[in-house]
Amino acid sequence: MEWDWNFVWEIMPTLIQGVKITILATLLGSVLAAIIGLGIALARRSPNRALSRTVGFLAEFIRGTPLLVQLYFIFYVLPDIGILLPPLVAGVIGLGLHYGTYTAEVYRAGIDNVPRGQWEAAKACNLNARQTWTHIIIPQAIPPMIPALANYFIAMFKETPLLSAITVLELMNQAKSVANTYYRYIEPITLVGAFFLAISLCSVVLLRWLERRYGKIER
Amino acid sequence: MTQWSGYLGLILQGALVTIELTLMGSVLALIMAFLAGMGRLSRFFALRALATAYIEFFRGTSIFVQLFFAYFVLPLAGVELTPLQAGVLALGLNVGAYAAEVVRGAVQSIGREQHEACIALNLGRWQGMRHVILPQAFLVMLPTFGNNAIELLKATAVVSLISLADLTFQAQVVRAQTGNTMVPFTTILIIYFILALLISWGVRSLERRMARGLDGVRV
Repeated sequence: MEWDWNFVWEIMPTLIQGVKITILATLLGSVLAAIIGLGIALARRSPNRALSRTVGFLAEFIRGTPLLVQLYFIFYVLPDIGILLPPLVAGVIGLGLHYGTYTAEVYRAGIDNVPRGQWEAAKACNLNARQTWTHIIIPQAIPPMIPALANYFIAMFKETPLLSAITVLELMNQAKSVANTYYRYIEPITLVGAFFLAISLCSVVLLRWLERRYGKIER
Repeated sequence: MTQWSGYLGLILQGALVTIELTLMGSVLALIMAFLAGMGRLSRFFALRALATAYIEFFRGTSIFVQLFFAYFVLPLAGVELTPLQAGVLALGLNVGAYAAEVVRGAVQSIGREQHEACIALNLGRWQGMRHVILPQAFLVMLPTFGNNAIELLKATAVVSLISLADLTFQAQVVRAQTGNTMVPFTTILIIYFILALLISWGVRSLERRMARGLDGVRV
């Protein structure tokens, strides 16, 4: 089968529609993952044993099972108990929850990496818990985390094609529907691959820059 | 209740396919990881470039897109693959690219003095690698290989979308036949989690075995 440029230009607008949804899902999923991750990280540090153990096990469970099955679960099982979600919302929740368990580890490492002396100094300066977190710990913990967080957001971006399985009309789904309409697979699927490769290579450059800018821990 | 046991049998058949895929994919991934990881450390520019291109390409595009490419586009180029072959190929090549970076990082993490000792003992490049560097580097690689194997297990869920009868696919079959979504999806989530636990347990005990006799070499 030959590569047909006319066909490529013909299907481009449809694919661009999909690209928009793919990027939207990645952005929303990233925001959700950043928030959920922080929640999990804080819950696991909680002095309440029951809370930290439960959250720890749930996070471990979510990390040990496939995102695709979790998406099916959110999209097909939750309606049984009365929670009906539109596909995109279900997809974003799935992505956010799955990657939230990964970003939680990044937060944990970032917080643990703040030297003990800083905690002690905060105590010596008579700062209370809230002041210690907002003025001492968080400002020092966040910058070294940024490259690792960005890494997971790029990984999430590459998982978005899974959303096509729960009928979100993102890039992969648009490509499949185009392929099924015209019985031509080579152009749409190759274009999807090329698109992902292009964005990933750009994000590698961005990641290198982030690492240079924030990666070093000043001691 | 009798019918549920039949459906459970169906799901267990799917579990066998998932395990088979994970094992075969892991073997291919391990081979690719060593080939590409060593390739990146090669003296020859061509080998380095080839290995880098492979790693960047497979890490840069989504596993989902690679699988669809292997299953739908390769036949157009005259390479007919069964769903199982396409699945093993895509999973192995994808995870192999991630693991190749682990191999490279681990080999580079072995101290200079070990390389110098090899030269002092008049070992050839290959001999030094085989008898001195790799046995130590392998121990460094193992924990991350375990994580990669779990990633591979999770990625196998995607093959259900190219009509391979794995766990996720069988859960969909059961869902279609019974109209019940909660039971099959919860069951397979638990099975995936148990498989992930088995992998991490296996890798940890392998690590203990391999570390025997290396006390004092590594801190």
